[in-house]
Amino acid sequence: MSLRIVVCVKYVPDATGDRKFADDLTVDREDVDGLLSELDEYAVEQALQIAEEADDAEVTVLTVGPEDARDALRKALSMGADKAVHVDDEDIHGSDVMATSLVLAKAIEKTGYDLVIAGMASTDGTMGVLPAILAERLGVPQVTLLSEVKVEDGKVTGRRDGDTASETLEASLPAVVSVTDQSGEARYPSFKGIMAAKKKPVEELELDDLDIDADEVGLEGSWTAVDTADERPARTAGTIVKDEGEGGKQLAEYLASQKFI
Amino acid sequence: MAEILVYVDHVDGAVRKPTLELLTLARRIGEPVAVALGNGAADTAAVLGEHGATRVLTAEAAEFADYLVVPKVDALQAAYEAVSPAAVLVPSSAEGKEIAARLAVRIGSGIITDAVDLEAGAEGPVATQSAFAASYTTKSRVSKGTPVITVKPNSAPVEAAPAAGAVEALAVSFGELATGTKVTARTPRESTGRPELTEAAIVVSGGRGVNGAENFAVIEALADSLGAAVGASRAAVDAGWYPHSNQVGQTGKSVSPQLYIAAGISGAIQHRAGMQTSKTIVAVNKDAEAPIFDLVDYGVVGDLFDVVPVLTQEVQARKG
Repeated sequence: MSLRIVVCVKYVPDATGDRKFADDLTVDREDVDGLLSELDEYAVEQALQIAEEADDAEVTVLTVGPEDARDALRKALSMGADKAVHVDDEDIHGSDVMATSLVLAKAIEKTGYDLVIAGMASTDGTMGVLPAILAERLGVPQVTLLSEVKVEDGKVTGRRDGDTASETLEASLPAVVSVTDQSGEARYPSFKGIMAAKKKPVEELELDDLDIDADEVGLEGSWTAVDTADERPARTAGTIVKDEGEGGKQLAEYLASQKFI
Repeated sequence: MAEILVYVDHVDGAVRKPTLELLTLARRIGEPVAVALGNGAADTAAVLGEHGATRVLTAEAAEFADYLVVPKVDALQAAYEAVSPAAVLVPSSAEGKEIAARLAVRIGSGIITDAVDLEAGAEGPVATQSAFAASYTTKSRVSKGTPVITVKPNSAPVEAAPAAGAVEALAVSFGELATGTKVTARTPRESTGRPELTEAAIVVSGGRGVNGAENFAVIEALADSLGAAVGASRAAVDAGWYPHSNQVGQTGKSVSPQLYIAAGISGAIQHRAGMQTSKTIVAVNKDAEAPIFDLVDYGVVGDLFDVVPVLTQEVQARKG
Protein backbone atom coordinates (compact mmCIF):
# COMPACT_ATOMS: atom_id res chain seq x y z
CA MET A 1 0.00 0.00 0.00
CA SER A 2 1.19 3.39 -0.88
CA LEU A 3 2.77 5.54 1.84
CA ARG A 4 0.90 8.83 1.83
CA ILE A 5 3.09 11.72 2.96
CA VAL A 6 1.70 15.23 3.44
CA VAL A 7 4.24 18.04 3.84
CA CYS A 8 3.00 21.27 5.40
CA VAL A 9 4.76 24.32 4.01
CA LYS A 10 4.40 28.05 4.53
CA TYR A 11 4.83 30.95 2.18
CA VAL A 12 6.63 33.65 4.18
CA PRO A 13 8.02 37.14 3.61
CA ASP A 14 11.71 37.00 2.73
CA ALA A 15 13.68 37.42 5.98
CA THR A 16 16.33 39.42 4.15
CA GLY A 17 13.66 41.88 2.99
CA ASP A 18 12.08 44.71 4.94
CA ARG A 19 9.46 42.74 6.88
CA LYS A 20 6.71 44.68 8.58
CA PHE A 21 3.14 44.62 9.85
CA ALA A 22 0.14 45.74 7.80
CA ASP A 23 -2.43 48.25 9.12
CA ASP A 24 -4.53 45.44 10.62
CA LEU A 25 -1.40 44.20 12.48
CA THR A 26 -1.18 41.03 10.40
CA VAL A 27 2.07 40.19 8.61
CA ASP A 28 2.44 42.46 5.58
CA ARG A 29 2.54 40.17 2.55
CA GLU A 30 2.15 42.87 -0.09
CA ASP A 31 5.32 44.91 0.08
CA VAL A 32 7.88 42.16 0.62
CA ASP A 33 8.78 39.29 -1.69
CA GLY A 34 7.59 35.95 -0.44
CA LEU A 35 9.05 32.49 -0.72
CA LEU A 36 8.89 28.95 0.61
CA SER A 37 10.04 29.18 4.24
CA GLU A 38 13.65 28.01 4.32
CA LEU A 39 12.94 25.74 7.28
CA ASP A 40 10.19 23.97 5.30
CA GLU A 41 12.67 23.03 2.58
CA TYR A 42 14.15 20.57 5.09
CA ALA A 43 10.70 19.01 5.54
CA VAL A 44 10.25 18.63 1.78
CA GLU A 45 13.72 17.10 1.53
CA GLN A 46 13.07 14.50 4.23
CA ALA A 47 9.69 13.68 2.70
CA LEU A 48 11.35 13.04 -0.65
CA GLN A 49 14.05 10.88 0.92
CA ILE A 50 11.49 8.82 2.85
CA ALA A 51 9.44 8.43 -0.34
CA GLU A 52 12.55 7.31 -2.26
CA GLU A 53 13.25 4.64 0.38
CA ALA A 54 9.66 3.38 0.35
CA ASP A 55 8.43 0.90 -2.27
CA ASP A 56 5.50 3.05 -3.14
CA ALA A 57 4.90 6.55 -1.83
CA GLU A 58 3.16 9.76 -2.75
CA VAL A 59 4.26 13.18 -1.49
CA THR A 60 1.57 15.86 -1.29
CA VAL A 61 2.64 19.36 -0.35
CA LEU A 62 0.02 21.44 1.47
CA THR A 63 -0.18 25.14 2.19
CA VAL A 64 -2.72 27.60 3.56
CA GLY A 65 -2.26 31.09 2.22
CA PRO A 66 -3.15 33.70 -0.37
CA GLU A 67 -2.77 33.29 -4.12
CA ASP A 68 0.96 34.03 -4.04
CA ALA A 69 1.48 31.03 -1.76
CA ARG A 70 1.32 28.92 -4.91
CA ASP A 71 4.96 29.91 -5.40
CA ALA A 72 5.89 27.90 -2.30
CA LEU A 73 3.99 24.88 -3.64
CA ARG A 74 5.62 25.27 -7.03
CA LYS A 75 9.07 25.24 -5.44
CA ALA A 76 8.28 22.06 -3.49
CA LEU A 77 6.85 20.42 -6.61
CA SER A 78 9.97 21.31 -8.57
CA MET A 79 12.07 19.71 -5.80
CA GLY A 80 10.13 16.50 -6.48
CA ALA A 81 6.81 16.42 -4.59
CA ASP A 82 4.05 14.68 -6.56
CA LYS A 83 1.08 16.97 -6.06
CA ALA A 84 -0.08 19.98 -4.11
CA VAL A 85 -3.07 21.20 -2.14
CA HIS A 86 -3.65 24.93 -1.72
CA VAL A 87 -6.23 26.19 0.75
CA ASP A 88 -6.98 29.77 -0.23
CA ASP A 89 -9.96 31.63 1.16
CA GLU A 90 -10.08 35.32 1.99
CA ASP A 91 -11.83 34.56 5.27
CA ILE A 92 -8.60 32.91 6.48
CA HIS A 93 -6.67 36.22 6.44
CA GLY A 94 -5.33 37.06 9.89
CA SER A 95 -5.66 33.54 11.34
CA ASP A 96 -3.48 32.75 14.35
CA VAL A 97 -1.84 29.37 14.92
CA MET A 98 -5.01 27.81 16.35
CA ALA A 99 -7.15 28.86 13.39
CA THR A 100 -4.47 27.96 10.82
CA SER A 101 -3.89 24.56 12.41
CA LEU A 102 -7.61 23.84 12.22
CA VAL A 103 -7.57 24.47 8.47
CA LEU A 104 -4.41 22.39 8.00
CA ALA A 105 -5.76 19.49 10.06
CA LYS A 106 -9.00 19.36 8.05
CA ALA A 107 -7.09 19.57 4.77
CA ILE A 108 -4.72 16.79 5.89
CA GLU A 109 -7.66 14.56 6.80
CA LYS A 110 -9.37 15.27 3.50
CA THR A 111 -6.17 14.49 1.58
CA GLY A 112 -5.54 11.26 3.49
CA TYR A 113 -2.19 10.58 5.18
CA ASP A 114 0.11 8.11 6.85
CA LEU A 115 2.80 10.66 7.66
CA VAL A 116 2.67 14.44 8.07
CA ILE A 117 6.01 16.29 7.91
CA ALA A 118 6.59 19.93 8.82
CA GLY A 119 9.56 22.20 9.40
CA MET A 120 10.70 23.06 12.95
CA ALA A 121 9.12 26.55 12.82
CA SER A 122 8.16 29.19 10.29
CA THR A 123 10.67 31.94 9.63
CA ASP A 124 8.05 34.67 10.13
CA GLY A 125 5.96 33.63 13.15
CA THR A 126 8.77 31.44 14.58
CA MET A 127 6.46 29.81 17.16
CA GLY A 128 7.51 26.22 16.50
CA VAL A 129 4.31 24.75 17.93
CA LEU A 130 2.27 23.94 14.84
CA PRO A 131 3.45 20.30 14.46
CA ALA A 132 2.54 19.53 18.10
CA ILE A 133 -0.86 21.17 17.62
CA LEU A 134 -1.48 19.14 14.44
CA ALA A 135 -0.66 15.92 16.31
CA GLU A 136 -3.12 16.92 19.04
CA ARG A 137 -5.83 17.82 16.54
CA LEU A 138 -5.32 14.68 14.42
CA GLY A 139 -5.00 12.42 17.47
CA VAL A 140 -1.80 10.75 16.27
CA PRO A 141 1.75 10.50 17.74
CA GLN A 142 3.97 13.59 17.71
CA VAL A 143 7.57 12.88 16.68
CA THR A 144 8.98 16.37 16.50
CA LEU A 145 12.20 18.37 16.16
CA LEU A 146 14.11 15.50 14.60
CA SER A 147 17.65 15.90 13.34
CA GLU A 148 17.48 12.38 11.87
CA VAL A 149 14.37 10.60 10.68
CA LYS A 150 13.62 7.18 9.22
CA VAL A 151 10.41 5.38 8.25
CA GLU A 152 10.35 1.60 8.13
CA ASP A 153 7.79 -1.17 8.67
CA GLY A 154 5.01 1.24 9.57
CA LYS A 155 7.16 2.98 12.18
CA VAL A 156 8.89 6.34 12.33
CA THR A 157 12.10 6.64 14.32
CA GLY A 158 14.35 9.63 14.82
CA ARG A 159 16.74 11.61 16.96
CA ARG A 160 15.61 14.68 18.89
CA ASP A 161 18.38 16.88 20.29
CA GLY A 162 16.91 18.67 23.29
CA ASP A 163 18.31 21.22 25.73
CA THR A 164 19.47 18.68 28.27
CA ALA A 165 19.59 15.41 26.36
CA SER A 166 19.52 13.79 22.97
CA GLU A 167 16.63 11.34 22.63
CA THR A 168 15.83 8.51 20.25
CA LEU A 169 12.11 8.35 19.48
CA GLU A 170 9.82 5.74 17.99
CA ALA A 171 6.15 5.83 17.02
CA SER A 172 3.75 3.93 14.80
CA LEU A 173 2.21 5.51 11.71
CA PRO A 174 0.16 7.53 11.18
CA ALA A 175 2.18 10.27 12.87
CA VAL A 176 3.19 13.93 12.69
CA VAL A 177 6.91 14.61 12.30
CA SER A 178 8.87 17.86 12.29
CA VAL A 179 12.49 18.14 11.21
CA THR A 180 15.22 20.65 12.07
CA ASP A 181 17.77 22.37 9.86
CA GLN A 182 20.21 19.66 11.01
CA SER A 183 18.27 16.94 9.19
CA GLY A 184 20.15 17.39 5.92
CA GLU A 185 20.65 20.00 3.18
CA ALA A 186 17.63 20.44 0.94
CA ARG A 187 18.13 19.69 -2.75
CA TYR A 188 17.95 22.38 -5.43
CA PRO A 189 15.26 21.93 -8.05
CA SER A 190 16.75 20.64 -11.30
CA PHE A 191 15.78 22.13 -14.66
CA LYS A 192 13.89 18.92 -15.36
CA GLY A 193 12.17 19.20 -11.99
CA ILE A 194 11.12 22.78 -12.68
CA MET A 195 9.65 21.80 -16.05
CA ALA A 196 7.88 18.75 -14.59
CA ALA A 197 6.39 20.82 -11.76
CA LYS A 198 4.39 22.85 -14.25
CA LYS A 199 2.35 19.76 -15.13
CA LYS A 200 1.79 18.53 -11.57
CA PRO A 201 -1.71 18.89 -10.11
CA VAL A 202 -2.48 21.65 -7.61
CA GLU A 203 -5.83 21.14 -5.90
CA GLU A 204 -7.47 24.41 -4.80
CA LEU A 205 -9.67 24.26 -1.70
CA GLU A 206 -11.83 26.80 0.12
CA LEU A 207 -13.27 26.72 3.63
CA ASP A 208 -16.55 25.23 2.36
CA ASP A 209 -14.67 22.24 0.99
CA LEU A 210 -13.35 21.57 4.50
CA ASP A 211 -16.61 22.17 6.38
CA ILE A 212 -15.09 25.09 8.26
CA ASP A 213 -17.21 28.14 9.06
CA ALA A 214 -15.79 31.58 8.34
CA ASP A 215 -16.16 32.58 12.00
CA GLU A 216 -13.77 29.78 13.08
CA VAL A 217 -10.83 31.42 11.31
CA GLY A 218 -9.40 34.81 10.37
CA LEU A 219 -8.88 37.72 12.74
CA GLU A 220 -12.33 37.22 14.30
CA GLY A 221 -11.99 33.48 14.73
CA SER A 222 -8.49 33.62 16.22
CA TRP A 223 -7.92 33.03 19.91
CA THR A 224 -5.23 35.68 20.29
CA ALA A 225 -5.19 39.37 19.44
CA VAL A 226 -2.28 41.68 18.64
CA ASP A 227 -2.99 45.12 20.13
CA THR A 228 0.14 46.98 19.06
CA ALA A 229 3.16 46.38 16.81
CA ASP A 230 5.88 48.99 16.97
CA GLU A 231 9.12 49.18 15.12
CA ARG A 232 11.94 48.73 17.57
CA PRO A 233 13.89 51.95 17.87
CA ALA A 234 17.24 51.66 16.12
CA ARG A 235 20.00 51.01 18.62
CA THR A 236 21.84 54.20 19.38
CA ALA A 237 25.12 54.28 17.53
CA GLY A 238 27.88 52.83 19.64
CA THR A 239 31.55 53.65 19.95
CA ILE A 240 33.70 51.98 17.33
CA VAL A 241 37.47 51.95 17.61
CA LYS A 242 40.10 50.58 15.30
CA ASP A 243 42.55 48.20 16.88
CA GLU A 244 45.98 49.83 16.78
CA GLY A 245 47.37 47.38 19.31
CA GLU A 246 45.26 48.69 22.18
CA GLY A 247 41.89 47.24 21.08
CA GLY A 248 41.79 44.50 23.72
CA LYS A 249 42.62 46.95 26.51
CA GLN A 250 40.14 49.52 25.27
CA LEU A 251 37.44 46.88 25.20
CA ALA A 252 38.34 45.83 28.75
CA GLU A 253 38.07 49.50 29.83
CA TYR A 254 34.62 49.70 28.28
CA LEU A 255 33.43 46.49 29.96
CA ALA A 256 34.80 47.73 33.28
CA SER A 257 33.02 51.08 32.84
CA GLN A 258 29.77 49.14 32.35
CA LYS A 259 30.52 47.06 35.47
CA PHE A 260 30.79 43.77 33.60
CA ILE A 261 34.28 43.23 35.01
CA MET B 1 -6.60 36.53 44.22
CA ALA B 2 -6.61 34.49 41.03
CA GLU B 3 -4.20 31.59 40.80
CA ILE B 4 -1.63 31.35 38.00
CA LEU B 5 -0.39 27.93 36.97
CA VAL B 6 3.38 27.83 36.43
CA TYR B 7 4.93 24.80 34.71
CA VAL B 8 8.25 23.90 36.32
CA ASP B 9 11.28 23.08 34.18
CA HIS B 10 13.64 21.03 36.33
CA VAL B 11 16.25 18.31 36.02
CA ASP B 12 15.83 15.64 38.72
CA GLY B 13 14.51 18.24 41.15
CA ALA B 14 16.96 21.06 40.30
CA VAL B 15 14.78 23.96 39.13
CA ARG B 16 16.11 25.77 36.07
CA LYS B 17 16.38 29.54 36.27
CA PRO B 18 13.67 30.47 33.71
CA THR B 19 11.05 28.89 35.98
CA LEU B 20 12.05 31.24 38.82
CA GLU B 21 11.72 34.16 36.38
CA LEU B 22 8.23 32.92 35.54
CA LEU B 23 7.30 33.07 39.22
CA THR B 24 8.27 36.76 39.24
CA LEU B 25 5.95 37.38 36.27
CA ALA B 26 3.18 35.18 37.69
CA ARG B 27 3.14 37.26 40.89
CA ARG B 28 2.35 40.34 38.79
CA ILE B 29 -0.92 38.80 37.66
CA GLY B 30 -1.91 36.51 40.53
CA GLU B 31 -0.80 33.84 43.00
CA PRO B 32 1.61 31.31 41.51
CA VAL B 33 0.76 27.61 41.79
CA ALA B 34 3.60 25.46 40.46
CA VAL B 35 3.30 22.13 38.65
CA ALA B 36 6.38 19.89 38.85
CA LEU B 37 6.44 16.53 37.08
CA GLY B 38 8.72 13.52 36.97
CA ASN B 39 11.71 12.32 38.92
CA GLY B 40 12.54 14.64 41.83
CA ALA B 41 9.34 16.69 41.47
CA ALA B 42 8.82 17.12 45.21
CA ASP B 43 12.42 18.32 45.65
CA THR B 44 11.56 21.49 43.73
CA ALA B 45 9.14 22.73 46.39
CA ALA B 46 11.60 24.50 48.68
CA VAL B 47 13.13 26.74 46.02
CA LEU B 48 9.74 27.35 44.36
CA GLY B 49 8.27 28.38 47.72
CA GLU B 50 11.13 30.82 48.31
CA HIS B 51 10.24 32.47 45.01
CA GLY B 52 6.52 32.82 45.51
CA ALA B 53 4.78 29.50 44.81
CA THR B 54 1.93 29.12 47.25
CA ARG B 55 1.35 25.50 46.25
CA VAL B 56 3.44 22.97 44.38
CA LEU B 57 1.46 20.23 42.63
CA THR B 58 3.64 17.21 41.97
CA ALA B 59 3.31 13.95 40.08
CA GLU B 60 5.90 11.26 39.51
CA ALA B 61 5.39 8.51 36.95
CA ALA B 62 7.64 6.58 34.58
CA GLU B 63 5.58 7.85 31.63
CA PHE B 64 7.01 11.39 31.93
CA ALA B 65 10.47 10.17 30.95
CA ASP B 66 9.50 7.20 28.78
CA TYR B 67 7.19 8.97 26.34
CA LEU B 68 7.43 12.30 24.53
CA VAL B 69 5.52 15.42 25.64
CA VAL B 70 1.96 14.03 25.87
CA PRO B 71 2.12 12.57 29.44
CA LYS B 72 3.18 16.03 30.63
CA VAL B 73 0.24 17.58 28.75
CA ASP B 74 -2.12 15.15 30.49
CA ALA B 75 -0.68 16.16 33.87
CA LEU B 76 -0.76 19.89 33.15
CA GLN B 77 -4.36 19.52 32.03
CA ALA B 78 -5.18 17.70 35.29
CA ALA B 79 -3.61 20.61 37.20
CA TYR B 80 -5.55 23.10 35.09
CA GLU B 81 -8.81 21.33 35.89
CA ALA B 82 -7.98 21.10 39.60
CA VAL B 83 -6.92 24.75 39.97
CA SER B 84 -9.04 26.64 37.38
CA PRO B 85 -6.25 29.22 37.02
CA ALA B 86 -6.50 32.68 35.46
CA ALA B 87 -3.51 31.90 33.22
CA VAL B 88 -0.96 29.17 32.52
CA LEU B 89 2.71 30.13 32.18
CA VAL B 90 5.32 27.79 30.71
CA PRO B 91 9.04 28.32 30.07
CA SER B 92 9.80 28.78 26.34
CA SER B 93 11.95 25.71 25.83
CA ALA B 94 11.27 23.60 22.75
CA GLU B 95 9.43 21.06 24.89
CA GLY B 96 7.73 23.71 27.02
CA LYS B 97 6.22 25.33 23.93
CA GLU B 98 4.91 21.98 22.67
CA ILE B 99 3.35 21.14 26.05
CA ALA B 100 1.74 24.57 26.25
CA ALA B 101 0.40 24.41 22.70
CA ARG B 102 -1.25 21.02 23.14
CA LEU B 103 -2.78 22.09 26.44
CA ALA B 104 -4.16 25.21 24.74
CA VAL B 105 -5.87 23.11 22.03
CA ARG B 106 -7.42 20.85 24.66
CA ILE B 107 -8.80 23.61 26.84
CA GLY B 108 -9.91 25.74 23.90
CA SER B 109 -7.54 28.60 24.68
CA GLY B 110 -5.33 30.84 22.62
CA ILE B 111 -1.57 30.61 23.01
CA ILE B 112 1.19 33.20 22.94
CA THR B 113 4.78 31.96 22.68
CA ASP B 114 8.16 33.52 23.44
CA ALA B 115 6.89 36.46 25.47
CA VAL B 116 9.71 38.70 26.74
CA ASP B 117 7.53 40.54 29.26
CA LEU B 118 4.14 40.18 30.88
CA GLU B 119 1.88 42.62 32.68
CA ALA B 120 -1.69 42.69 33.96
CA GLY B 121 -4.21 44.29 31.59
CA ALA B 122 -7.90 45.16 31.58
CA GLU B 123 -8.65 42.19 29.30
CA GLY B 124 -6.17 39.75 30.83
CA PRO B 125 -2.38 39.49 30.78
CA VAL B 126 -0.62 41.48 28.07
CA ALA B 127 2.45 39.78 26.57
CA THR B 128 5.31 41.62 24.90
CA GLN B 129 7.00 39.78 22.04
CA SER B 130 9.78 40.51 19.57
CA ALA B 131 8.98 39.95 15.90
CA PHE B 132 10.86 39.80 12.61
CA ALA B 133 14.33 39.26 14.05
CA ALA B 134 13.52 41.69 16.87
CA SER B 135 12.92 44.62 14.51
CA TYR B 136 9.39 44.93 15.94
CA THR B 137 7.92 44.79 19.42
CA THR B 138 4.33 43.62 19.73
CA LYS B 139 1.85 43.53 22.57
CA SER B 140 -0.70 40.73 22.42
CA ARG B 141 -3.24 38.97 24.55
CA VAL B 142 -5.21 35.77 24.47
CA SER B 143 -8.78 36.58 23.47
CA LYS B 144 -10.40 33.19 24.03
CA GLY B 145 -10.21 30.84 26.99
CA THR B 146 -7.59 30.85 29.74
CA PRO B 147 -4.39 32.54 28.50
CA VAL B 148 -1.57 30.06 27.88
CA ILE B 149 1.70 31.95 27.55
CA THR B 150 5.28 30.74 27.15
CA VAL B 151 8.03 33.09 28.29
CA LYS B 152 11.63 33.29 27.09
CA PRO B 153 14.55 33.00 29.53
CA ASN B 154 15.98 36.28 30.88
CA SER B 155 12.62 38.05 30.57
CA ALA B 156 12.32 38.91 34.26
CA PRO B 157 14.56 39.07 37.33
CA VAL B 158 14.58 36.22 39.84
CA GLU B 159 13.10 37.63 43.05
CA ALA B 160 12.85 36.16 46.52
CA ALA B 161 9.22 36.21 47.68
CA PRO B 162 8.69 33.63 50.42
CA ALA B 163 5.41 31.71 50.19
CA ALA B 164 4.11 28.44 51.56
CA GLY B 165 5.23 26.21 48.69
CA ALA B 166 3.00 23.47 50.06
CA VAL B 167 3.46 20.18 48.24
CA GLU B 168 0.26 18.53 47.03
CA ALA B 169 0.07 15.30 45.07
CA LEU B 170 -1.55 15.75 41.69
CA ALA B 171 -3.73 12.88 40.47
CA VAL B 172 -3.04 12.18 36.81
CA SER B 173 -4.61 9.62 34.52
CA PHE B 174 -2.91 9.18 31.19
CA GLY B 175 -4.93 9.18 27.99
CA GLU B 176 -4.57 6.89 25.01
CA LEU B 177 -2.21 9.25 23.18
CA ALA B 178 0.21 9.51 26.13
CA THR B 179 2.17 6.45 25.10
CA GLY B 180 2.18 7.22 21.38
CA THR B 181 5.82 8.25 21.06
CA LYS B 182 8.32 6.15 22.96
CA VAL B 183 11.68 7.50 24.07
CA THR B 184 13.86 4.46 23.31
CA ALA B 185 17.18 6.02 24.38
CA ARG B 186 18.36 9.17 26.09
CA THR B 187 21.89 10.57 26.14
CA PRO B 188 22.29 13.47 28.56
CA ARG B 189 24.19 16.40 27.11
CA GLU B 190 27.73 16.49 28.45
CA SER B 191 28.17 19.31 30.90
CA THR B 192 30.72 21.92 29.87
CA GLY B 193 30.65 23.53 33.30
CA ARG B 194 29.55 26.76 31.60
CA PRO B 195 26.15 28.42 32.07
CA GLU B 196 23.25 27.35 29.85
CA LEU B 197 23.31 29.49 26.70
CA THR B 198 19.77 30.86 26.92
CA GLU B 199 20.04 31.57 30.65
CA ALA B 200 23.51 33.12 30.80
CA ALA B 201 24.03 36.75 31.84
CA ILE B 202 26.97 36.98 29.43
CA VAL B 203 27.41 35.19 26.09
CA VAL B 204 30.60 35.14 24.02
CA SER B 205 30.05 33.95 20.44
CA GLY B 206 32.40 33.12 17.62
CA GLY B 207 31.70 33.08 13.90
CA ARG B 208 33.32 32.56 10.54
CA GLY B 209 36.28 34.69 11.61
CA VAL B 210 37.29 32.10 14.22
CA ASN B 211 38.34 29.98 11.26
CA GLY B 212 38.59 26.48 12.72
CA ALA B 213 37.34 24.27 15.52
CA GLU B 214 40.64 24.42 17.41
CA ASN B 215 40.55 28.24 17.41
CA PHE B 216 37.34 28.23 19.46
CA ALA B 217 39.66 27.80 22.46
CA VAL B 218 40.21 31.58 22.19
CA ILE B 219 36.45 32.19 22.49
CA GLU B 220 36.09 29.68 25.34
CA ALA B 221 38.96 31.27 27.27
CA LEU B 222 37.27 34.69 27.16
CA ALA B 223 33.93 33.12 28.09
CA ASP B 224 35.48 31.33 31.07
CA SER B 225 37.18 34.50 32.30
CA LEU B 226 33.76 36.20 32.34
CA GLY B 227 31.76 33.19 33.58
CA ALA B 228 29.92 33.32 30.27
CA ALA B 229 28.24 30.82 27.94
CA VAL B 230 29.73 30.14 24.51
CA GLY B 231 27.72 30.70 21.35
CA ALA B 232 28.45 30.23 17.67
CA SER B 233 27.08 31.64 14.43
CA ARG B 234 25.45 29.39 11.87
CA ALA B 235 28.52 29.69 9.64
CA ALA B 236 30.74 28.31 12.41
CA VAL B 237 28.29 25.52 13.21
CA ASP B 238 27.75 24.57 9.56
CA ALA B 239 31.54 24.39 9.15
CA GLY B 240 31.59 21.86 11.98
CA TRP B 241 33.67 24.02 14.31
CA TYR B 242 31.18 24.08 17.18
CA PRO B 243 28.08 22.04 18.17
CA HIS B 244 24.64 22.99 16.90
CA SER B 245 23.39 23.14 20.48
CA ASN B 246 25.43 26.35 20.83
CA GLN B 247 24.13 28.02 17.68
CA VAL B 248 22.72 31.50 18.20
CA GLY B 249 20.27 32.70 15.57
CA GLN B 250 17.03 32.04 13.80
CA THR B 251 17.51 28.27 13.59
CA GLY B 252 19.40 27.97 16.85
CA LYS B 253 18.96 29.52 20.27
CA SER B 254 17.62 32.97 20.82
CA VAL B 255 19.48 34.72 23.63
CA SER B 256 18.92 37.93 25.52
CA PRO B 257 21.83 38.32 27.96
CA GLN B 258 23.04 41.41 29.76
CA LEU B 259 26.17 41.35 27.61
CA TYR B 260 26.69 39.75 24.20
CA ILE B 261 30.19 39.62 22.73
CA ALA B 262 30.38 38.71 19.01
CA ALA B 263 33.82 37.79 17.73
CA GLY B 264 34.37 37.25 14.02
CA ILE B 265 30.63 37.40 13.33
CA SER B 266 29.43 39.59 10.46
CA GLY B 267 25.89 39.89 11.82
CA ALA B 268 23.64 38.47 9.09
CA ILE B 269 19.88 38.64 9.71
CA GLN B 270 19.92 34.93 10.61
CA HIS B 271 22.28 35.69 13.51
CA ARG B 272 20.72 39.00 14.54
CA ALA B 273 17.37 37.23 15.00
CA GLY B 274 18.88 35.33 17.90
CA MET B 275 20.75 38.07 19.77
CA GLN B 276 19.34 41.48 18.89
CA THR B 277 17.49 41.88 22.18
CA SER B 278 20.70 41.57 24.23
CA LYS B 279 21.08 44.52 26.60
CA THR B 280 24.66 45.43 25.71
CA ILE B 281 26.31 44.28 22.48
CA VAL B 282 30.04 44.27 21.80
CA ALA B 283 31.75 43.09 18.61
CA VAL B 284 35.23 42.42 17.32
CA ASN B 285 35.53 42.05 13.56
CA LYS B 286 38.20 42.70 10.93
CA ASP B 287 35.66 44.14 8.52
CA ALA B 288 34.67 47.69 9.45
CA GLU B 289 31.66 47.34 7.13
CA ALA B 290 30.24 44.26 8.90
CA PRO B 291 26.53 44.78 9.74
CA ILE B 292 27.16 43.70 13.34
CA PHE B 293 28.68 47.15 13.96
CA ASP B 294 25.23 48.71 13.37
CA LEU B 295 24.05 46.98 16.54
CA VAL B 296 26.96 47.45 18.89
CA ASP B 297 27.36 49.59 21.95
CA TYR B 298 31.10 49.14 21.57
CA GLY B 299 32.96 47.72 18.61
CA VAL B 300 36.58 47.03 17.81
CA VAL B 301 37.64 46.84 14.19
CA GLY B 302 40.51 44.41 14.31
CA ASP B 303 41.68 40.81 14.25
CA LEU B 304 39.93 38.81 16.96
CA PHE B 305 43.13 36.81 17.52
CA ASP B 306 44.87 40.05 18.54
CA VAL B 307 42.03 41.59 20.51
CA VAL B 308 40.31 38.69 22.30
CA PRO B 309 43.36 37.15 24.05
CA VAL B 310 44.37 40.59 25.38
CA LEU B 311 40.83 41.14 26.61
CA THR B 312 40.87 37.75 28.33
CA GLN B 313 44.13 38.65 30.11
CA GLU B 314 42.73 42.01 31.15
CA VAL B 315 39.59 40.41 32.56
CA GLN B 316 41.64 37.85 34.49
CA ALA B 317 43.98 40.55 35.80
CA ARG B 318 41.11 42.77 36.96
CA LYS B 319 39.39 39.87 38.66
CA GLY B 320 42.70 39.22 40.42
